[in-house]
Amino acid sequence: MTPVNRTQIIPIGPYHPLQEEPEFFKLHVDGEKVVKLEIEIGYNHRGIEKLAEGLTYDQVPFLVERVCGICSTSHPFACVNAIEDVGGFDIPDRAKYIRTFIGELERIHSHLLWLGLAGHFLGYNTVWMWAWKYREPVLDCFELITGNRNHYAMFKPGGVRRDIEDEDIPTAMRIVAGLERPLLMFAKIAMADPVLQARLKNVGILTYQDCVELGALGPTSRASGVPWDVRKDHPYAAYDMVEWDVVTTENGDVFDKVIVRVLEMLESVKICKQCLEKLREVKDGIDANYKEIPPGEGIGHHEAPRGEVFHYVRSDGSNRPVRYKIRAPSFMNVPTNNRAVVGYTVSDATITLAAIDPCYCCTERTIVVDADNGKQLMGWKELLRLSQEKTRKLMERYKSRMDRVWI
Amino acid sequence: MADEVVEGLKAKFGEAIKDVHEKSRRRTYITVDSDRLPDIAEYFYKDLDCRLQICTGIHMEHGFEILYHFAIDRADRIISLRVILDLEKPSIESIARRVPAAEWIEREMWELLGIEFRNHPDMRHLLLTDDWLEGNYPLRRDWKDWRGGEHDTSE
Amino acid sequence: MSLKIKALTKSIWVFHLAASPCNNCDIEILDLLTPRFDIERFGIQLVGSVRHADAILVTGSMNRKARQRLKRVIAQAAKPCFVIAIGNCACSMEMFGKSYNQMECLDNVSEVHAYIAGCPPKPEAMIQGVVALIQAQLAALKK
Repeated sequence: MTPVNRTQIIPIGPYHPLQEEPEFFKLHVDGEKVVKLEIEIGYNHRGIEKLAEGLTYDQVPFLVERVCGICSTSHPFACVNAIEDVGGFDIPDRAKYIRTFIGELERIHSHLLWLGLAGHFLGYNTVWMWAWKYREPVLDCFELITGNRNHYAMFKPGGVRRDIEDEDIPTAMRIVAGLERPLLMFAKIAMADPVLQARLKNVGILTYQDCVELGALGPTSRASGVPWDVRKDHPYAAYDMVEWDVVTTENGDVFDKVIVRVLEMLESVKICKQCLEKLREVKDGIDANYKEIPPGEGIGHHEAPRGEVFHYVRSDGSNRPVRYKIRAPSFMNVPTNNRAVVGYTVSDATITLAAIDPCYCCTERTIVVDADNGKQLMGWKELLRLSQEKTRKLMERYKSRMDRVWI
Repeated sequence: MADEVVEGLKAKFGEAIKDVHEKSRRRTYITVDSDRLPDIAEYFYKDLDCRLQICTGIHMEHGFEILYHFAIDRADRIISLRVILDLEKPSIESIARRVPAAEWIEREMWELLGIEFRNHPDMRHLLLTDDWLEGNYPLRRDWKDWRGGEHDTSE
Repeated sequence: MSLKIKALTKSIWVFHLAASPCNNCDIEILDLLTPRFDIERFGIQLVGSVRHADAILVTGSMNRKARQRLKRVIAQAAKPCFVIAIGNCACSMEMFGKSYNQMECLDNVSEVHAYIAGCPPKPEAMIQGVVALIQAQLAALKK
C-alpha cells in the first residue's frame, strides 16, 4: 500500500497554455497515476441568470446566446422552447425547419472544432489543422444564412428572425453535401490511425453506471451505451419530421467518444439536407407573432452538441421573466471527470478531461496537459527514424482493424 | 403513462403529495412535502429510472421554491417536484448522497440563494470567489449590490 | 525603449488570456492559426507562457475570480508588452456590465494598447487590428 503522503499535486490552470478557457484542476498523483482530481471552476461565471431577469422576452435570446460562443444556437433554441412552453404556443413549420437546420449545422461545426482540439491536446496538430480546415465552409454557410460566423441571432419566441432565401438554398446545399467526403475521411482516419488508436483506446473509460448516476449527457453518455437523446426522446422543432438515427457505442472510452461524434456529424448532414429540401416546399411563414406571454412556467430543452441544454422560465404575465434557470450540459458532464481520470496516467488525463467536450463558458471547460516534457537530445534524422519505426510497430498491432476499414 | 406515475406516487407517499398540476401531456408539476423529498427523489431516480435534469431554486414572496426536474425519456415527459421552503431560514435535506447528479447544483443553490442543504457531502463555493461576502446571495430578490463598498475586500 | 518596441513589431508572439469570455473570441483567435487565415506566415505565434509573449490578447468581460489572476498574469509579462482587448466584452463589458460577479472594465486594471470590437470580431478584423497597432507604434518611433 502506498502511504498517503506520497501523493503529489500537479496544478493545472487556471491559465494554462492548452486551455483556451480558465479553469483549475488539481491532479493528485502517485507516481504517474492519477489518484484524485479536484475541479475548481468559476472563472467564467457572469451571472447570466440574474441578468436575464432584467430583460424582456425578446432580449433574452440575445443574452443566452452569449452564454457560450460554440453552442450559440443551443441556448437560444432551448430558450425559445421554454418560452413557447409557457403559453403552449405552436410555430409555423418553415420556422421549425430553419431552426433544425441551424441547430444541426452548429453540431457539425462544434464537433469538428472538438475533433481538432482533441488532436491538439494529443500533440497531434495535423488533426487540428485538417478538422478546422473543413470547419470553415460551415462557418461560411452560417455567414450566408445568418450574417455572422458565430452568434447567429436567428431565434425569437414564436419563430425565427430571418428567412432562408430560395436562391441561397443551392449554395447551402453544396456546402453541406461537400462535407460528406471529409467526414467519411475523418471516420476512416479515426478508425485506422495508429497514433489515435494507441492514445485513445481504453483510456478514460466511463461506464454505463457512472453515466446514469452522474446524469452525463450527449456524446459522453452515448459513447457508453446510454441512448439519451433529447431530439428523439422529447421531439421538438422538426426533429420528428426528418429521418435520422441516434448514434451509440458501447465501450465508453475516449476513442468511442470520437467515433460517436464523427458519426453524429454524418447524421447531421442527413438532417440538414432534408431540411433544405423541405424549405423549398414549405412556405407558411417564419413567425407566429405572439405578443403576450401568459403567467406560468415553462421548460425547454435542446440537444446541444455536448448534451442536453435545459432552460426553465417562470413568468408572471409581465414582459420579463421572474426567474430564468439555465443548465448547460457540461455542468453534468464535468463531474464525470472525477471517475474517468482517476486510475489512469497523467499523460492520459489531458485527453480524458477534454473528451467530454467541456464548455466552461456554459458550465460556468477542461483541458489538461502532461507535465513530463523530456528534453530532446536526438537529431532530426534519428527522430524521424524512431518515429517511422514506431508507426510501423503500431501498424502491426492494429493491423486487423485497419484491414477492415480500408476495404 | 401519465397517471401511472402520479397514481403510483400517491399510493406510495400519500399525504406527502400536496398538489398535482398537469400543465400539458409532457409537463407535470407536483408539489411535495419538503421532509419527504429525499425519499421521493430517490424513488424517482431508482425505481422509475428517471434522469435528474437539474434543480431550480426560486426566491418568491411566499418562500423559497426548489424544483427538482426529472425527465422520463421513454415517455417524453418531464416531472418537476416542487418543494416550498421557509422564507426566513430555508433548509432542506441534501439528496446528493442518494442522487449523485445533484451534488454540484446543491452547491450552486447554496451559494447563490442561501438555501441550506443538510448533510451535503462537500459544501464549498462552486462559482463565486472564496472571499465572497458571507450572507450575500445574489439570486435573492432583496440582494443589494455591495461591490466597491466597505465589505469589498477583493484585490 | 524604442529599440525594444522596434523589435516587438517584427514578429509578435501572443499569449491568449481568457477572462470569462463566451468562448467565441477565443475560438476565432485559434481559427487565426488554422489553414484559412494562418497568421504564422506573419510571424505571429501563440505561445504557452506569458513570459515569452510580446502581446497579450485578452478576451471576455473579466469576473471577480478571473480579475485577480489576470492582474498577476499581466504583472508577470516581460515589458514592454502590448495588451490587446478582443471583443466587445473586453472593450466595454457589453451586456455583462451590470452583473453581480463583474467588477470593472479591463482598461481600469491595465493599460490597453488596442481595442478590437465585435461580437466576435471577424478573424480579418483581428489581423487588421494587430497590423494597425504595429503601424501606430512604428509611426510613433519615427517622430
